[in-house]
Amino acid sequence: MSNNFDKMTVKDMRKGLNAGDFSSVELTEHFLKNAKNNKNLNAYLEIFDDAVEHAKAADVQIKGGKAMSLTGIPIALKDNILIKGKTASAGSKILENYTATYDAFVVEKLKDQGAVLIGRTNMDEFAMGSSTENSAFAITRNPYDKTRVPGGSSGGSTAAVASNSAALALGSDTAGSIRQPAAFCGVVGLKPTYGSVSRSGLIAMGSSLDVIGPIGKCVDDVEIAYNAIRGKDKADSTTIDDTTFDIPEVSNKMTIGVPRDFVSSDINPNVLEKFEKTLDALKACGHTIKDITLPYLKYSLASYYIIMPAEASTNLARIDGMRYGFHLDGDDLLGDYKNSRGEGFGREVRRRILLGAHVLSSGYYDAYYGKATAVRRFIKEDFEKAFRDVDVIATPTTPTPAFKIGEKADPLSMYLEDIFTVPANIVGIPGISVPIETIEEGGSNLPVGFQMVAPLLGEERLFKLGKVVESF
Amino acid sequence: MISKDDLKKLAQLSRLRLDAKEEEALIRDFESIIGYISDIQEVVVDEPTPEEGVLRNVMREDGEPHKRSQYTDVLTKAFQKRENNYLKVKKILNQK
Repeated sequence: MSNNFDKMTVKDMRKGLNAGDFSSVELTEHFLKNAKNNKNLNAYLEIFDDAVEHAKAADVQIKGGKAMSLTGIPIALKDNILIKGKTASAGSKILENYTATYDAFVVEKLKDQGAVLIGRTNMDEFAMGSSTENSAFAITRNPYDKTRVPGGSSGGSTAAVASNSAALALGSDTAGSIRQPAAFCGVVGLKPTYGSVSRSGLIAMGSSLDVIGPIGKCVDDVEIAYNAIRGKDKADSTTIDDTTFDIPEVSNKMTIGVPRDFVSSDINPNVLEKFEKTLDALKACGHTIKDITLPYLKYSLASYYIIMPAEASTNLARIDGMRYGFHLDGDDLLGDYKNSRGEGFGREVRRRILLGAHVLSSGYYDAYYGKATAVRRFIKEDFEKAFRDVDVIATPTTPTPAFKIGEKADPLSMYLEDIFTVPANIVGIPGISVPIETIEEGGSNLPVGFQMVAPLLGEERLFKLGKVVESF
Repeated sequence: MISKDDLKKLAQLSRLRLDAKEEEALIRDFESIIGYISDIQEVVVDEPTPEEGVLRNVMREDGEPHKRSQYTDVLTKAFQKRENNYLKVKKILNQK
């Protein structure tokens, strides 16, 4: 029986659990065993020793006829999501010994459901990176090829799902941190509409961009998890509910916009080929493919690398080595701050804090931050215009498949990884990455992701078309 | 593009200790990163940018405070240096 767990969807697990075919304890022990067998992937920073205990409680809940969609399902959480009483380090030395004092909103939701939290997954420090190489603790490896990165920053979460070390996982996405590693690891990742999932209890990077989202083996799994974690939260004033915007209609035959000029520059030809093949297959199913132009799209990443560091440097100012976290003594109070932060934050984090201070500083503010805010509005208008004619917009999730560990040494080349995913964060719209055919590269078969974005709260469109894409 | 002097000021503002080797590397990194983000300078913005979003009060009404010292213990436990319920820091007055 336990061999089948790897092939089950969350719905299959739900059915089996409710029917009493197996217990949550058996299910949890199976995933824990896989997680331990895959230890060399470094997907997890910690596997919780109370997981089985929670599975037992879930079994009681199920037997009592009170099962909800995720009751008894083993879920992994990215290390920047707070679970009361557990360490939440955000992959950073500065928070290595930080114990969360409250539950994130999404954790409350999962606990209410009786989901089983099985561990916290590795990530780029403070979610800054696209390879999980920036973790202060370990480099996560891609389950498809251990010499390659799993993507990032939610690389631990996607590697955990891809290696069957968790049934589901949560990540966070500020520029592609769910979708890009999902593409690299051959799993499905959803970046929900900004505000549809509360940021309360998520360690902040760029507050106007951050969102928590689910990672699973299929679109249906991700849809179930999304519905379980979303909702308005009084602790996050930016959260929205289903009445905030008109929910986009979902039709049987949809029009898919493709920004061709944007897609075809600087992209691996094999990735492009698989992308085009998927578009052809969608067309064969009766959907319409339409070429579109979004004139300001090409400025997305540049504006992101102004807005995000500005917000991150502000957010990270609260971490000072005094009230919690790593502390290193200096000669005076200022020295305490400078030593604790200088030593506690890793290289990429320090780089972005300084960049943020620069773009916000007097004399540069208008040229950088002010301009980026204006450009952000133009990009938003581009998308609004495009969505009058098309239902979703498709691009590859990433320009290349998973790259080798250590391959991208200079920061800018790493930043360019987010070129296709970052616009959704700039605009706040939802995006999904669904695995399509693998490609051969350097003797390994590597996954490729197909990304679609939809208007605000258009997740239903993404689920519907995502299920079509994964059926090819 | 960013001088060593600028970088030192940014580090001071950001409360970060940097060593000389890292300063060199950062100046190089910033050259390429700032070169890239400067692309947005070519965008013409002819009207002033409105403030992002609509301003509204998101604070709760005053009242119904939590019980006194309900969270004190759990929060002070995380302090690096603690004296009773106080966070202990270095003296900042009467310095040379």
